[in-house]
Amino acid sequence: MANKESTFTNMLLTMVIVTAVAALALGGVYKATKAPIAKNQEKKTNAALQKVLPEFDNKITRDTKTLETDLGKEITLYKAKKDGELVGVAIESFSTKGYSGLVKIMVGFLPDGTIKNISVLQHAETPGLGDKMEKGKSEWSKQFNGKNPAEFNLSVSKDGGDVDAITAATISSRAYCDAVKRAYKAFKQEIKGGE
Amino acid sequence: MNQVQNFTKGLFKENPVFVMMLGLCPALGVTTSAINGLGMGLATTFVLLMSNIVVSIIKNAIPPKVRIPSFIVIIASFVTIVDLTMNAYLPSLHKELGLFIPLIVVNCLVMGRAEGFASKNNTLSSIIDALGMGFGFAIALTILGGVREILGSGAIFGVSLVDADLMLAFVLAPGAFIGLGYLIAIHRAIKKN
Repeated sequence: MANKESTFTNMLLTMVIVTAVAALALGGVYKATKAPIAKNQEKKTNAALQKVLPEFDNKITRDTKTLETDLGKEITLYKAKKDGELVGVAIESFSTKGYSGLVKIMVGFLPDGTIKNISVLQHAETPGLGDKMEKGKSEWSKQFNGKNPAEFNLSVSKDGGDVDAITAATISSRAYCDAVKRAYKAFKQEIKGGE
Repeated sequence: MNQVQNFTKGLFKENPVFVMMLGLCPALGVTTSAINGLGMGLATTFVLLMSNIVVSIIKNAIPPKVRIPSFIVIIASFVTIVDLTMNAYLPSLHKELGLFIPLIVVNCLVMGRAEGFASKNNTLSSIIDALGMGFGFAIALTILGGVREILGSGAIFGVSLVDADLMLAFVLAPGAFIGLGYLIAIHRAIKKN
């Protein structure tokens, strides 16, 4: 084989050319896919928002606010308005207490703090056990709907709260409650404290 | 070796998963269902094909001492392209395969074929080799995913066969090892006869 000799110049030149071509190609693909990826992301957020909030007519993905929370992470707050009046607040919350990895949920509150609906955005809980927190997999998450965390203790019954844990998935249930609690805290801080 | 043999060796005789035991990380990790296995298999096939083509074309222009780094840059670029394209146009599959797409970079199969085959053979042979190996990998992952899906959730390709959770262990990590072990044993038995 007529291989090039491994001299310093040859090696340097080869690596420069290879990486330059790769960088150009990746830059092109990144640019081409940036818009569709952002659109998918927005579509996903919008779908989750529509699920957890009452009917609204404002451009909700623009009416947001980012709040600092404990653990140094930010959570996003979406304000739903109809005819200029606040009809609900959706909060993208998270918990790090899951069985495997981050649990991200979207919680929809009515202006008085009652939970309208909750949607799971991301989780890596055990299939068949912890993943029952998803809407399609079981009815479990429905117990939160219509409850106001002011009088509904957001802890699993094992810890003295009002939430029935998923069978054999107490850790996942705790993480879910933790995320809802975090959302409620942000809600209180933003809505009740501000008005 | 003629080109037909070159293609079929990857499917059965030198199947990357069942015989060479390459790329076991994604083979065990993503195969919770047949469709995930197929998606991962095809994504890997694409990366394998593109990297084999490029490596076989530029093999003589690369000094041997920087061969491996060059191959890694080439493979990583194609993986990122797959990752971005899938995220843009197949978001649901991308969500399922998630973490495992970037991991194609370190799939020994891709590196192994670039180093072991494409850097020593011409472009046509390399294309055929990549297709054979890629399809072999995809078939193996689809079978493993199918077995786990049937035994674990009583469904195949998302179509429910029995309305019950069966052996949950098969959807979880242990089921991947047990399933793969049995499939390798069956493969050996067939090959012997």
